[in-house]
Amino acid sequence: MTWGGWSEFWAMGGYGFYVWGSYAVTGAGIALEIHFLRRRAREAKA
Amino acid sequence: MSAAIKWFWFASPQTFFPLAGTLARACWIGAALLAAAGLYVGFFVAPTDAQQGEAYRIIFIHVPAAWMSMFLYVVMAFWAAIGLAFNTRLSSMMASAVAPTGALFTFIALWTGALWGRPTWGAYWVWDARLTSELILLFLYLGFMALQAAIDDPRRADRAGALLAIVGVVNVPIIYYSVTWWNTLHQGASVSLTRAPSMASTMLTGMLLMALAFWLYSIAASLARVRCIILERA
Repeated sequence: MTWGGWSEFWAMGGYGFYVWGSYAVTGAGIALEIHFLRRRAREAKA
Repeated sequence: MSAAIKWFWFASPQTFFPLAGTLARACWIGAALLAAAGLYVGFFVAPTDAQQGEAYRIIFIHVPAAWMSMFLYVVMAFWAAIGLAFNTRLSSMMASAVAPTGALFTFIALWTGALWGRPTWGAYWVWDARLTSELILLFLYLGFMALQAAIDDPRRADRAGALLAIVGVVNVPIIYYSVTWWNTLHQGASVSLTRAPSMASTMLTGMLLMALAFWLYSIAASLARVRCIILERA
């Protein structure tokens, strides 16, 4: 374990904005693609 | 049934459809497990970087996404070329199915690169050879998708898209070698097949786990999308 606690973890040594901004947008992009794929599959089967 | 006949058996969209579903399910699960392991190693096992502090942890998505962006373009151009040369429907459908996932990983590579560039270089964006050629890659993916969407006849759309995809493949080695051909702000490769990686082994483990997760995710998403295309064109 490299962190002293959760607040230290979220702070990312002062780089929180950059690190979490990267991971959040990546996660959102993947979630959106899965959402669109499921919708397309539903519509294609209908 | 001999191996050769089986190969052509699965080249038919109707017989490939259920196989693609089974493969996609296995790949979704594998991708989720590998991503969980990769994120655990990346955030809780890998140490703080001596030079960049915690900002370097962007590497666990940036580098795998950049690899996938280039690899998926080659896969897309390969299937497009096969479809163009042999007029096989499923090959062209595969090319169309890979494109949106490739575009997503190109966007992720650019986005995470910008958020990594700001704290390390002092700028979100510079017109450096690596960044510019990666941006061109995004436009190639979007151009391929827009061109195919603009043509009503799917067979004609496949042929037009294939030409664009094949011409654009020349950009992939330009991206890959840009850091050695030009004097770029972007650093050179940290991982190569010919020499030892220039990073701690736990950092490398986390990055490779995420790369495998993205790889399986891309296979799952492409197969799920090709199933939609098969149904839509039936």
